[in-house]
Amino acid sequence: MGLLDHHGKIERHATLLLVLSFLVVSIGGIVQIVPLFYLDNTIEKVEGMRPYSPLEIAGREIYRREGCYVCHSQMVRPMRDEVERYGHYSLAAESMYDHPFQWGSKRTGPDLARVGGRYSDDWHVQHMIKPQSVVPESIMPSYGFMMNRELTRKDAEEVIDIMGIYRMLGHPYTDEMMDVAMTDFFAQVDPFGDPVADRYPGAQQRNFDGQEAVTEMDAVIAYLQMLGTLVDFDTFVPDASR
Amino acid sequence: MADNSKTSANHLKGDPNTTGHSWDGIEEFDNPMPRWWVWIFILCVIWAVGYWVFFPAWPGMNKATSGVLGYASRAQVVEEIAAFEERHDVLFAQILETEPSELANNEELHRFAVNAGASVFAAQCSQCHGAGGAGVQAGGFPNLLDDDWLWGGTKDDIVQTVTYGIRNEDYLDARYSQMPAFGRDELLSEEEIQQATHFVLSLSGSDHDAQLASAGAEVFDYNCSSCHGAGGEGDNFLGAPALNDQIWLYGGSEETVYQTIYNSRFGVMPGFTDRLREAEIRAVAAYVHQLGGGE
Repeated sequence: MGLLDHHGKIERHATLLLVLSFLVVSIGGIVQIVPLFYLDNTIEKVEGMRPYSPLEIAGREIYRREGCYVCHSQMVRPMRDEVERYGHYSLAAESMYDHPFQWGSKRTGPDLARVGGRYSDDWHVQHMIKPQSVVPESIMPSYGFMMNRELTRKDAEEVIDIMGIYRMLGHPYTDEMMDVAMTDFFAQVDPFGDPVADRYPGAQQRNFDGQEAVTEMDAVIAYLQMLGTLVDFDTFVPDASR
Repeated sequence: MADNSKTSANHLKGDPNTTGHSWDGIEEFDNPMPRWWVWIFILCVIWAVGYWVFFPAWPGMNKATSGVLGYASRAQVVEEIAAFEERHDVLFAQILETEPSELANNEELHRFAVNAGASVFAAQCSQCHGAGGAGVQAGGFPNLLDDDWLWGGTKDDIVQTVTYGIRNEDYLDARYSQMPAFGRDELLSEEEIQQATHFVLSLSGSDHDAQLASAGAEVFDYNCSSCHGAGGEGDNFLGAPALNDQIWLYGGSEETVYQTIYNSRFGVMPGFTDRLREAEIRAVAAYVHQLGGGE
């Protein structure tokens, strides 16, 4: 019982208990977290992933501001019922430019990881203004006010600041992308504007909310309409053993 | 301060030892852990060792150990889907072999298709067309319960529409047409649009101004009849809605019809060929067809 007597010493010494508990928890954490940074199979290399376009960043910030993640997850889990309903299960690489990720842990509404292209812009506008007009059983609140909140150059400048931070974190924004970010921001809602998809392949470019002004609604729909559309699963087959 | 004697005055014979400290004469027995608890703890430790062996657990240099059982959640979903397909293999194959128009002749197969189609509809279609298929009245999302079809209501037509969708850029075979924006693009004057509006309203017997309507007849004839038909009967080939009935996609008020002519409409639908199995598309077409209005 010698060993257990020694344990008695730890139990009686608060500081020692604290230090040793911290040590044990650290080891547990390190073993779980550190390998994710170097293991080849945590993030597979996929084609098509790109950083967010300026307008999409604005939409994503609104998505976060309004707490959409509280009810909507953005991760299709590898289960048959989810794959049948939402599409291919999510890959880690698909969240590589998400700071923070929007996986969520609660689905009051459906998963949105692959909502891009699933509904028309018109549907999104009607649904945001009054969700019950298209889905009568929905309990989602109205976000119609976004139609009236215009996005200005000041908002675009904030987005460019965010792009700068993302760039610091390693998102591959080129100098050119940074230089034309202001133009891109407004071009993405102009169907005849400079094609944003040249720099951000797969970016949707049109007048999303049907109004002349560039509004928060435009930004949110631009973001939603690209979610989960970047990886082409016709050409990419994930390793099933991962 | 603690009194280290383990047998103080009020310590009775047969009592367990105390922890050794005493506060104002109050002492604490040093009872052992309940035995059942200790055993469960030990079993958990043994379980963990077994888990390391059988399931993916320890990180290595390139990948984590994969475990003796070779469990992987991704492999599992592939298996689950394969098992599902195998279970419905025969029926799915039968659906694919049967021409959509002939499906109803095989009662058992048709029943299977309609039920399978109903669950596909609930997951993929109900968000726009409504849980019961009634669409959104005046919202631009077509009602599928009636026999008024935009792009044709035969089973083959519905299969085509579901497969490639409507007015999308994703598929070359998507159904496509575009009504001109007569007002926005200045093809017609305000007055002519006003007249055409009243003529359109007159086609379905709605309230209208007879004088404007008769002036609008000519405007309609020149600008609208090539797609919507001389009498507004519509054309399924072009996705041009019938205007001579009281079924309206965006609403039949004077204001709405005016807006439609002025700005035109552009209803879209995604294609489902990459989202659903071919058999599921046939099944959902069979389901929609039997909702009431199938041709």
